[in-house]
Amino acid sequence: MNAELVTELEAPLQQTTTSTRARIVSALGPIAALGGVIWAVVQPYRVTLLHPMGQGFWWLFVEPPLLVVAVGLFFYFVITPGLLRDLAEDHATAE
Amino acid sequence: MQPPSEHVHWLFATGFLLLALCLLAEAVVGTDVWRLRKWRAYLWPGLAFALGVLMWPVMTFYTNSAIHMIAHGAWAQVLMGGSAMELGLVSGKLRSGWWRLGMPAGFLVSGVAFLVHEQNAWLFQRSAFLHHLLGWTLVVASIFPLVRVFRPRSQLAATGFALTFVVVAVTLYCDRDVAQIFGHISPLAGAPHR
Repeated sequence: MNAELVTELEAPLQQTTTSTRARIVSALGPIAALGGVIWAVVQPYRVTLLHPMGQGFWWLFVEPPLLVVAVGLFFYFVITPGLLRDLAEDHATAE
Repeated sequence: MQPPSEHVHWLFATGFLLLALCLLAEAVVGTDVWRLRKWRAYLWPGLAFALGVLMWPVMTFYTNSAIHMIAHGAWAQVLMGGSAMELGLVSGKLRSGWWRLGMPAGFLVSGVAFLVHEQNAWLFQRSAFLHHLLGWTLVVASIFPLVRVFRPRSQLAATGFALTFVVVAVTLYCDRDVAQIFGHISPLAGAPHR
């Protein structure tokens, strides 16, 4: 049995797993943000910024669909990039 | 200028959603990769600890009965306790894996507190339904952190643990002060709004 063949077979498999993981991690933030956007479309009255007249501070400050979008964007822009770099580095080290 | 209680639920839902995304990402990439950066290792236990600390003002300012005060106080304590143990494990100051028992204990106590402090039936109104749902969700889902104690690298346990916080966040976002649930609302609940 040629060990080189086994290595050739395993390498793409590991690469696929890593890229699948990278794709899933990259999708987490956008999926959350998309959920918030869909919620805002389905229940626009939850976004009081669209009709701010007569609303108190808390109704203007705490807008659940926008909070969901904010969490998704925060995760995507702050946490995801470093995590993807570390995932790629870990993969390269393992190789 | 105290926020209405439904707004407090939504703010906590936001914290739990971020917590859930961090845990999901850790479940996907694996704990070793997640902890490659020190700040990231402390991120979710730190966030959970902060949510526990923030439960104290909730206990103080939203106490409309003794049982509410006990329930909110219990959540604050178990959330802080469970996440402090995770922080200790991450920092290396705690070494025994048995410290992970803090999280399943926290889930169980939180779930029971939800069920005990909600004195109305499921369909009394929406918040009653959600309290029952949250209670049973946490009681049943305590199996995931419990499995993490014995099998810390279990993908299933990590994913289940993370998804539990997604369910908690969604449930908290559904909360309203007074609202119908599946077309039901007790006349004793008051007039629904929004």
